[in-house]
Amino acid sequence: MKVRVDPEKCQGHNRCYSLAPELFVIDDYGYASASGEGVVPPELEDKARLAAANCPEYAVIIEDEV
Amino acid sequence: MATAEKGRPPVGDWATDYDIFDPAYFTDPGPIWAELRQRCPVAHSERWGGSWLPTRYEDVAEMARMVPALSSQEFIVVPPVPLVDPETGEVLRARPYAPPISSDPPFHAVARRLLLQAFSPQSVARFEPYTRGLAHRLIDEFADKGQCDAAVQFSQQIPPKVIAHLMGLDETMGDTFIEWVRGVLEIGAQDPEVRVATGLKMLAFWTEEIGRRRAQPTGDFISWLLEQDLDGQPVDDLHATSTCNLLLVAGIDTTWSSIGAAIWHLATHPDDRQRLVKEPELMPTAVEELLRVYSPVTMGRLATEDVTVNGVTIPAGSRVLMNFPAANRDPEVFPEPDTVVIDRAHNRHVAFGIGIHRCAGSNLARMEMQVALSVFLERIPEFELDDSSPVTWCGGQVRGPRSVPLLFTTS
Repeated sequence: MKVRVDPEKCQGHNRCYSLAPELFVIDDYGYASASGEGVVPPELEDKARLAAANCPEYAVIIEDEV
Repeated sequence: MATAEKGRPPVGDWATDYDIFDPAYFTDPGPIWAELRQRCPVAHSERWGGSWLPTRYEDVAEMARMVPALSSQEFIVVPPVPLVDPETGEVLRARPYAPPISSDPPFHAVARRLLLQAFSPQSVARFEPYTRGLAHRLIDEFADKGQCDAAVQFSQQIPPKVIAHLMGLDETMGDTFIEWVRGVLEIGAQDPEVRVATGLKMLAFWTEEIGRRRAQPTGDFISWLLEQDLDGQPVDDLHATSTCNLLLVAGIDTTWSSIGAAIWHLATHPDDRQRLVKEPELMPTAVEELLRVYSPVTMGRLATEDVTVNGVTIPAGSRVLMNFPAANRDPEVFPEPDTVVIDRAHNRHVAFGIGIHRCAGSNLARMEMQVALSVFLERIPEFELDDSSPVTWCGGQVRGPRSVPLLFTTS
């Protein structure tokens, strides 16, 4: 599983970072992006889904590995 | 709180005559919103200068993105009152000015960028130790008494002192800040004279604090603010005083309302309280869920052109109330919307707004709420309402409990 943040949609709510700090990084202005390459370890897949399901801007996107 | 005393006629039909200052509305608005969602997607009322009130999530989200057709130049839920110097008659502010809340693009992004750095998760984390210590000190005052007013003695005390500390002012300013935010919003929204008198006091205070730091920077937030620039332009006194006002008006009774409502909920729902004590790792989702169900803030917008929402045309010049609290109770988006589910997984709540005006202080509010609730549950895990005194709520722009009397066992 991979996760990414659409920078056009992110408004810096930080809901993803608050719920899954392992998976996201925050810039100096509070906007989020995926940590590293966005690869989600199996044990954090639920957290990735939680982050996506809590983003009011629909900016957190889950991409399952092909 | 004041409706009955002021002798306004009672609300007959909420869809055409709602009153956001009616005690029924701020004590338990859920059933009113449920009725409005069924009957009329955007309600209208002539009360308090006239306004339009959406209640569906999709409508509120769509309206938040109607920028600048729904302009933020008037963000208060009632008509603005000019701030006039009583001695010279000079109009100091024609309407409340608090960028970026009161700004539309393109200046909005400039003013917002300045503030975002100061309120990023990393920046607000620096204030967590102070907030934790403050929460403990407040509880020390009543821990051995077996009773407290969790709104007055705890929730209400945290945000003003954290904001004072953050700005570089003494935390004893907290009580003054409480008086001011009530003066401009809770009381002032219904009483323009109180609003203007309080606005003048705040302006005089900030003008002096800013002048002192221009002469001699002190390394605090206000000094930092004065060194920033707005797209190459220096931060002038108008912008600096307005930013300081914004921090108070946006950062105090909002968060104290959220903390107070959360404690009220935990006092009246022992299962949720016990679960949170046993499973503190649920605190992050619990805080979001409590923010969803007890969202305190309704923001105003001014229609600068005719806009149509869900088939309802709102004419240019109308005041629109961004009903984030009702959006968060929409059953089409949140199953069992009036029930707090502390581990609710799907929760795109909009308690902090949505779109470009997302609350710039949301990270600070979330930190304060998580710390306040964690410390309270750690120190006082068992508590219930003290039925000998009433729980009171207030509302309008910001809804929350103003008195939450509790009984608890002392250890």
